[in-house]
Amino acid sequence: MKKLFALMLALAMVLTMVSLASAEETGKVYYLNFKPEADQAWQALAAQYTQQTGVEVKVLTAASGTYKQTLTSELDKGAAAPTLFQIGNAEGVVTWKDYTLPLDGTELLAEMTTEDFNLKNADGATVAAGYCYEAYGIITNKALLAKAGYSVADIKDFASLKAVADDIHARAAELGFDAFTSAGLDGSSSWRFSGHLTNMPLFYEFRDDGITEQPATVKGSYLDAYKNIWDLYITDSAADVKKLSGYTGADAEKDFYDGKAVFFQNGTWEYESLIGYGMNPDDLAMLPIYCGVEGEENAALCAGTENCWAVNAKASEADQKATLDFLKWVVTSDEGTQMMAKEFGPIPFKAAKASTNVFFNDSTALLSEGKYVVTWAFNFTPDSDNWRAGIVSALEQYSAGAADWGEIEYAFVEGWATCYANTH
Amino acid sequence: MKKKSAPGAVTSPLIRKPIQRRFALFLLPTFLCFCAGFLWPFIQGIYLSVHSFTTTSNATWVGFVNYTKAFNDAGFRQAFGYTALVAVVSLVLINVLAFAVAYALTRGIKGSNLFRGVFFVPNLIGGIVLGYIWKTIIDSALPVSMSIQANYGFWGLIVVMCWQQVGYMMIIYIAGLQAVPEDMLEAARIDGANGWRTLWHITLPNVMPSITICTFLSLTNGFKLYDQNLVLTNGAPVRRGIGQTEMLALNIAKTFSTANQRGVAQAKAVLFFLLVTAISLIQLSATRSKEVQQ
Repeated sequence: MKKLFALMLALAMVLTMVSLASAEETGKVYYLNFKPEADQAWQALAAQYTQQTGVEVKVLTAASGTYKQTLTSELDKGAAAPTLFQIGNAEGVVTWKDYTLPLDGTELLAEMTTEDFNLKNADGATVAAGYCYEAYGIITNKALLAKAGYSVADIKDFASLKAVADDIHARAAELGFDAFTSAGLDGSSSWRFSGHLTNMPLFYEFRDDGITEQPATVKGSYLDAYKNIWDLYITDSAADVKKLSGYTGADAEKDFYDGKAVFFQNGTWEYESLIGYGMNPDDLAMLPIYCGVEGEENAALCAGTENCWAVNAKASEADQKATLDFLKWVVTSDEGTQMMAKEFGPIPFKAAKASTNVFFNDSTALLSEGKYVVTWAFNFTPDSDNWRAGIVSALEQYSAGAADWGEIEYAFVEGWATCYANTH
Repeated sequence: MKKKSAPGAVTSPLIRKPIQRRFALFLLPTFLCFCAGFLWPFIQGIYLSVHSFTTTSNATWVGFVNYTKAFNDAGFRQAFGYTALVAVVSLVLINVLAFAVAYALTRGIKGSNLFRGVFFVPNLIGGIVLGYIWKTIIDSALPVSMSIQANYGFWGLIVVMCWQQVGYMMIIYIAGLQAVPEDMLEAARIDGANGWRTLWHITLPNVMPSITICTFLSLTNGFKLYDQNLVLTNGAPVRRGIGQTEMLALNIAKTFSTANQRGVAQAKAVLFFLLVTAISLIQLSATRSKEVQQ
């Protein structure tokens, strides 16, 4: 018994050494992917690369919603840790500061068309490359809008959006649809408001104050605008304001593709699902989120990313090189750019292929009219899970009439300070 | 044990000796599992609680700062008070209800086996699933969601805990009640004791071992509760930055997911362990002393 055990142990040790030794020479890539929907595409691309170059590329996809935990345990594996992973925001840069290789001067960065989506660490080094971007706004069903007697051209700012929405809501029974989908505060939906919608007050405040990196405190100077749009969402909708935590993301999506609502706040990533549910691309448009800020008629969609590649600083040099070579191939080769265009839309690289996504095209059209991008200021949120949880709870209480707007101001301003202090 | 060696075949030295010689074969697998699944993580947990870390292999020593931070965290203190309240209220309710049901179902009423089964079934459903079902039921019955009114959240949690645990405790109480010596009950009857007096002076002292087990289980269950708390309210409503219905386990889990707070979460976990151990030891010795030897 003992002998057998010892023998097996010895065998296991020898085997590990063998596998280490063989990988050491050429380097290998281990990608921890966080988008389950793109898993198959990555696996196929990795296999192609291995076939062409002989370099081993392993892709592991974390199960939905478990990326953080998976990353933590995988990075703990020393030589077997991922060589490539994703960081989403400033908080991620702080958390993984010991694991991110500065990417400045690499061929990967040289292939990029913009640095806007990259993340920098406290020393100013680029540690994560934003490999795709997303845009969000108010997805609109143009066919329903026309049925109500309006067109997207009628909506130019908050006042006109409110006028249209109020009118549709008032005639909901007669029209058979309402203005907005449910503003659900279930976890599957609440990020649209605690993450994406809070971007509006954050973006304008940071713009006014010239803030370009994570601040320790915020003032909430544009919370009135946030209140405008939130009030509109919950007033001009069929959802019960006292039970908002009972509405899921799927509920809102269903309201929209079933033709029960005209407006649906969401992003470019929704496109494929909506088409999949049988919606006509010609009926879809994405409007900027108007919330009553001066000059907002010149705003484009909210564009940014939470998808940034980071290379493991603790991986061997051979592995780091293999990883960077792989990435360069992904963003320059035909196979790579095709896959990226299909899965991630227009990517910010020189060799990018065009996308068929209507929402991205809306985004590009608005920009070509000279409108300003509303960048993802919420990427600066410290301890974002807890900050957002505070906002969600405050929104829920406020909407049900159990707390006043002050609760949201507190969650927004004081919550930020607390979350910043906790993580620094 | 040795002195009592019974004449049964299994206890015969002829069989026992060879088995005893191979004790490692029987004990080691379990012991290894215990080490890998409990002992090692526990020791590592204590080690990590005095370190700052993101991954366990890359920890830097920081001393007792994590413990100071844990004590200074208002959310943790609130969670402590709230957990204690939930644990005590659920302890009392679960045990009173479980005993009452067990008592009723040992009176020989018709269909008592069916009822026992029905009361026990909820215990077979996992906490998360059960939590979601109850969340839907409770939220649809209330004027506003549990996550808006902390009171609703509290009582919702208590209802779910009772529903889940009463059946389990009931089984233990039934076993205890069936072991109450019939001659004592008969003697009480002959002496003219009424139902209440019999219950108070004969039955209860005799089921003390069951009470010890049940109070131990429900108290520790109450302190360790996580699933139902996560699903029903997830700590909401948040007032002034503090989750009003957040219990200790949830608070620790949330702290762990915060950047640069993993050491603090670990320190909280160690404190949590000490607390639960201390409380259960005190409770065990308190109820044990009331047990009667038959």
